[in-house]
Amino acid sequence: MNTTKFEIQKLNLFYGDMHALKDVNMTIKDKSITALIGPSGCGKSTFIRTLNRMNDLIENVKITGSVHLDEQDIYKDYDVIHLRKKVGMVFQKPNPFPMSIYDNVAYGPRAHGIKQRTQLDEIVEHSLKQAAIWDEVKDRLKANAFGLSGGQQQRLCIARALAISPEVVLMDEPTSALDPISTAKIEELAGELKKEYTIVIVTHNMQQAGRISDQTAFFLNGEVVEFDNTVQLFNTPRDSRTENYITGRFG
Amino acid sequence: MNSYIQKKKRVDALFKYIVMFCVAFGILMLVLLLLQIFSQGLQKLNWSFLTSFPSRMASKAGIKSALVGSVWLISTTIIIALPIGVGTAIYLEEFGGKGKMAHWIQVNISNLAGVPSIVYGMLGLAVFVRGAGFGRSVLAGGFTLALLILPVIVVTSQEALKSVPKSLYQGSLALGLTRLQTLKGVVIPYAMPSILTGSILAISRALGEAAPLIMVGAVGYVAFTPESIMDQYTALPIQIFNWTSRPQKEFQEVAAAGIIVLMTLLLSFNGLAIFLRNKFQQRAE
Amino acid sequence: MKVKQQQKTKRDKQLEVSEKVVKGILLLFSTVTILTTVGIVTLLLLESYNFFKHVSIIEFLTGKTWAPVLKPEHFGVLPLVNGTLLIAFFACLIAIPIGLGAAIYMSEYAHKKVRAVLKPILEILAGVPSIVYGYFALTAISPILRVLLPDLEVFNVLSASIALGIMIIPMVASLSEDAMNAVPDAMRKGALALGSTTFEVSTKVVVPGALSGIIASFVLAISRAIGETMIVAIAAGATPKITLNPLTSVQTMTGYMVSISMGDIPHGSTAYYTVFAVGLLLFLMTFALNIFARFIVKRFRREY
Repeated sequence: MNTTKFEIQKLNLFYGDMHALKDVNMTIKDKSITALIGPSGCGKSTFIRTLNRMNDLIENVKITGSVHLDEQDIYKDYDVIHLRKKVGMVFQKPNPFPMSIYDNVAYGPRAHGIKQRTQLDEIVEHSLKQAAIWDEVKDRLKANAFGLSGGQQQRLCIARALAISPEVVLMDEPTSALDPISTAKIEELAGELKKEYTIVIVTHNMQQAGRISDQTAFFLNGEVVEFDNTVQLFNTPRDSRTENYITGRFG
Repeated sequence: MNSYIQKKKRVDALFKYIVMFCVAFGILMLVLLLLQIFSQGLQKLNWSFLTSFPSRMASKAGIKSALVGSVWLISTTIIIALPIGVGTAIYLEEFGGKGKMAHWIQVNISNLAGVPSIVYGMLGLAVFVRGAGFGRSVLAGGFTLALLILPVIVVTSQEALKSVPKSLYQGSLALGLTRLQTLKGVVIPYAMPSILTGSILAISRALGEAAPLIMVGAVGYVAFTPESIMDQYTALPIQIFNWTSRPQKEFQEVAAAGIIVLMTLLLSFNGLAIFLRNKFQQRAE
Repeated sequence: MKVKQQQKTKRDKQLEVSEKVVKGILLLFSTVTILTTVGIVTLLLLESYNFFKHVSIIEFLTGKTWAPVLKPEHFGVLPLVNGTLLIAFFACLIAIPIGLGAAIYMSEYAHKKVRAVLKPILEILAGVPSIVYGYFALTAISPILRVLLPDLEVFNVLSASIALGIMIIPMVASLSEDAMNAVPDAMRKGALALGSTTFEVSTKVVVPGALSGIIASFVLAISRAIGETMIVAIAAGATPKITLNPLTSVQTMTGYMVSISMGDIPHGSTAYYTVFAVGLLLFLMTFALNIFARFIVKRFRREY
């Protein structure tokens, strides 16, 4: 079956004195969707940011344990720039750059040294098609990205992430700021994307996790309470805390 | 009880009028000042005033050398102060972190902002006029004014950089860009309008400064325009100061005409800054 | 097994190098501000040292006559300090209450729309060069005052003070207003809910809550008044003397520095070095006030 993409072992993360992630172990499979669920403040967003080392930006963060991507420890002797080219990310709130739709998508490839116009055109078109937004924007590629709706902006951000041809796409609550129709589009898109990419998605919405993911991890107070096939986890949770959460007794 | 409340209300109303008067006083003074200047200077303001050199006779005195001198001076100031000021701000905001060096630079900048402008003039005299051997040139004046407005440019540029949303940084870094690429690609373009707005206001301050220029020797009778950056010069505020210092009433009118020219320049700078600010706000929405 | 994938390409190395180079250049730029301070302090100390070789510090600081270019020479700086402080005092007497009142109006009474109009006007007032205020003092304020006060000399403390006061009103107003804006609205609403008038909210809640920032703005205004040059050079006269009478002419420290720079004092003479001794004193006075203002803000700030 699927090979392993990420292998996380005994991962601990501290913000100063705060122990934000406790002994997290997880195996994320290639070309699948892994959902991270749990109440707010449980560490799921912190965890997803360890996978492309976005936590490096915060001061006073200490990390122990290991995260292997394709059998290499990303916290040991691994160039963070390369890591982030391989592991793209989509954020909670759409964050297009203040420039045209075209330039938003071409931004990454240009920075990585692609100068040729025809090549850029191809990448932009391909990425926008993959992000299922091409038809909506193909006639106004030069228009400012801020003119798009929230849902369109988020898909543009997905296209932007895909444009540097990553192998993994991290999505940190990508639909929390969107309306139901846009949400449905992004969920559908995620299902398409997993044919080519490994997807890790944080969601506050359990139904969403149930609908789209192959595996689900339930986080609570910085710990992974349960990690299993999504069907398994939702139908026959092994831990009572998981059961309480998915049946809506807290959170 | 009722009278108590009424008394309270009366005090409140009175207080409101007092504080309103305070604002009105400021505005009134601005109006008076402008009236005085226009009533004195408007009759002298004509084409020949703008195109003549200063003269011993008030009726023939013009502002050409000062106007051209100020343009030279301010251009030099901008070329020196803008890159250094914005560069310092970028260093402090993006690279300095919480290091000791950055902290000291920051403390030092806020102290410099409170140093009287005439003290900068003394520094300019010693370092640029004498030390570097620039003499009483445009270059020496430009350097002096650049140091004077540097703290303002740094602080406003820092504010501008701070206002760039964190999500833009993260979005760019997550694409595997280096910090420098991120700065060039999204951060600086986003902050640029605010940086320019602040810098224009700082530069307009330099345009009106007289004290430091007196110290670096931009005084006296200059009946020519600079041809190069090493030439002697005079500037608008200096020329105005010279005319104001003359006892004859006619020279006071000439001074007022000079002030109109200076204020027009300053207000157009301000207008440009406000225009940029508004344009920027629209874009941010 | 895959080969190490993340080996650095040439391009990556270029990026790394350029990041280091740019960081170095920016750090170099940042040192300009440090060098400016170092330059100012070194220069003032060195040149003043030359002055104090000829004149004792005691004579300089306690002498009551200032006559550096006339024979017999006197180098007592007190008359200049007197002139500076006298003008600063009257200027602040105008600027502090009016500036504070304007700040209260803008922050507590004015409608958003009114404020949007007033702010730029005050900014313009703050942006008028001091040379223009000097002109205004000499050609408008002084003549008007002389109608009311026939004893007034042409160059006098009062006219310069009024112009200087007007000039620093916007500074007091804007710094105080910033401090008041930092007082949370919840505190205002709480007081209003108890039946307080806006007057009571302003004087009992907002001003006390913002007091450290307001006091700091006053101190900075004093510092600014002490360091201001062109108004006093034009309108206050050039007669150094010890007096408390605002109707006569005086000379300030800055006024002296300008007058000596306009004249033909030979480089290297004792009179030449007086400029630096006076400059050093001026620098120390304003520096102390600025430090004091920051101390007030830091020490007494309330966190909301």
